[in-house]
Amino acid sequence: MQLYDMPDARGHFGQFGGTFVAETLVEALDELRVMYEKYRHDPEFLAEYAYDLKHFVGRPSPIYHAKRLSDQIGGAQIFLKREDLNHTGAHKINNTIGQALLAKRMGKPRVIAETGAGQHGVATATIAARLGLECVVYMGSEDVKRQAPNVFRMKLLGATVVPVESGSKTLKDALNEAMRDWVTNVHNTFYIIGTVAGPHPYPMMVRDFQAVIGIEAKEQMMEMAGCQPDAVVACVGGGSNAMGIFYPYIDVPNVRLIGVEAAGHGIETGMHAAPLTANSPVGVLHGNRTYLMQDADGQIIETHSVSAGLDYPGVGPEHAWLKDIKRAEYVAITDDEAMAAFHNLCRTEGIIPALESSHALAHAQKMAKTMSKDQIVLVNLSGRGDKDINTVAKLANITL
Amino acid sequence: MSRIQTTFATLKQQGKTALIPYITAGDPHPKHTVNLMHTLVKNGADMIELGVPFSDPMADGPVIQRASERALVHKVGLTAVLAMVKEFRQTNQTTPIVLMGYANPIEAIGPTVFADRAKAADVDGVITVDYPPEECGEFVKELRARDIAPVFLLSPTTEPKRVELIVNQASGFVYYVSLKGVTGAANLDIVEVSARVASIREQTNLPVGVGFGIRDAATAKATAAIADAVVVGSRMVQEIEASNDDNLLENVAALMKELKTAVDAA
Repeated sequence: MQLYDMPDARGHFGQFGGTFVAETLVEALDELRVMYEKYRHDPEFLAEYAYDLKHFVGRPSPIYHAKRLSDQIGGAQIFLKREDLNHTGAHKINNTIGQALLAKRMGKPRVIAETGAGQHGVATATIAARLGLECVVYMGSEDVKRQAPNVFRMKLLGATVVPVESGSKTLKDALNEAMRDWVTNVHNTFYIIGTVAGPHPYPMMVRDFQAVIGIEAKEQMMEMAGCQPDAVVACVGGGSNAMGIFYPYIDVPNVRLIGVEAAGHGIETGMHAAPLTANSPVGVLHGNRTYLMQDADGQIIETHSVSAGLDYPGVGPEHAWLKDIKRAEYVAITDDEAMAAFHNLCRTEGIIPALESSHALAHAQKMAKTMSKDQIVLVNLSGRGDKDINTVAKLANITL
Repeated sequence: MSRIQTTFATLKQQGKTALIPYITAGDPHPKHTVNLMHTLVKNGADMIELGVPFSDPMADGPVIQRASERALVHKVGLTAVLAMVKEFRQTNQTTPIVLMGYANPIEAIGPTVFADRAKAADVDGVITVDYPPEECGEFVKELRARDIAPVFLLSPTTEPKRVELIVNQASGFVYYVSLKGVTGAANLDIVEVSARVASIREQTNLPVGVGFGIRDAATAKATAAIADAVVVGSRMVQEIEASNDDNLLENVAALMKELKTAVDAA
């Protein structure tokens, strides 16, 4: 059997990925690539990473059989990988710890990050505080408004939050601004990218740090169910939680991998954030080649999703590749469907999920209905919904 | 000889340095762009760098970002920019035009179609900020096949081995970015720039342009003394931003004259 071995040495996943950056960043990326190659298999580095995942994050995160939800749906059994129980409330911390430990080894006293929903920003601020690194987080000013509690959390953790006023004032603009900071301060600054996008080696490195989700899940499923799931379902914005749980399953036959994008108001309305489902053209943004939401002139268009964490016009290049080779399938869930799944999980299982993860839940429910009771759908519950209560209340016209 | 080669050869004979202003096409309004280009030439531009607006200009500072946003309000993209170059060429067949922009508008139509259209519009060179040589082999081939120069940036962090790789792909000239950072960032360190330009010259016979951080007559003069071309971007765009419809051409002409005098005095 041919084992999956991507990307190539220059970060290409077929035609996707690569290093599409200004010349000023080439050297910094070369340095990062060399240092990551040096440490990714280094026992001491990996031991330090594993120690923090266990004692600081609280890993392994459990797998939970959502029995009441499964009974209510009346089809396949739904299992949840509980990344929402991690310290800081989402999967993002798995990656920020890895990159921050690398930053320390590279002697960089300052870390920067972009954030959409604020989860990656909080996870970066958290590990920066723990390791004594200066931390600056770029966040679109629209997102600053939508995610006020996370902004305050970052500040409590000692980070500087810079609202970004350019462009659409969301995640992609925060990424632009973080890149500009990095170009300017590359000598003392490590850029902690939060998703499996950006120039090589980021898509690979972030995937590797998130792969702990899938590695644990494979073991835990055997313990709990005695078999692997029929399908693994995860939401996809940039796609880091999905890559994390998919990657260890790529070579496991008969496990369907399903990425769930944000259909916003509906794919047909154009107001969505689902480049894979909508068959967007291939393009280059933020250092890599991938499927991208854009107009005929190649200008990036504005996206829409109720969940800030999925509100991104591109997608990690490895997802584009997995779609093309048909190893993973991609679907989309609307704002309304995600909200319904959000409320349903709260009431049937006593778990408040993140709006991002609610997209994966909504699709899992749809699928489970068409499957038999002895089949299993594993959902990556990538984050908890505490950060979203203001958004949910506002949609219901409730003032908190 | 191409327009770019002719321009540099003529200036060399005269012992002069090229002055290359940058403007973003469509800024402040598409109706001004061709007039602005002629005004630049009339007041001393030896070549023009014409920015192609992009929604996500990652390597640009706030000044050029705002110019891009002003142009995008009027939906000025690659198609409109090429039409402007064509119009400019109706009355000017000598001044080289180099497009500067990002990869995605080119990706959207593909390198072959882009190269065909650029040729039809009489474009002389193309700088694509986020196309490093390793990622744009086909693009470079398509440009060269049509005698359009692929122009590449070199930065203070570019190692000599990489300089070699880049100059082997480039034609027309190479563009040394004199600062770490985005366009319009800080002041330049002329001693350091001078040493780097000298070392680049050891690796190529192509003319070396210097840009990023040139903001007045003094920095323009100092740069002209060590480079084959002086590129003025953010300062030019600032002048456009601070002007209105009535004094736009006049203000840009005045700034150009000041810079030209400085460059010629070097």
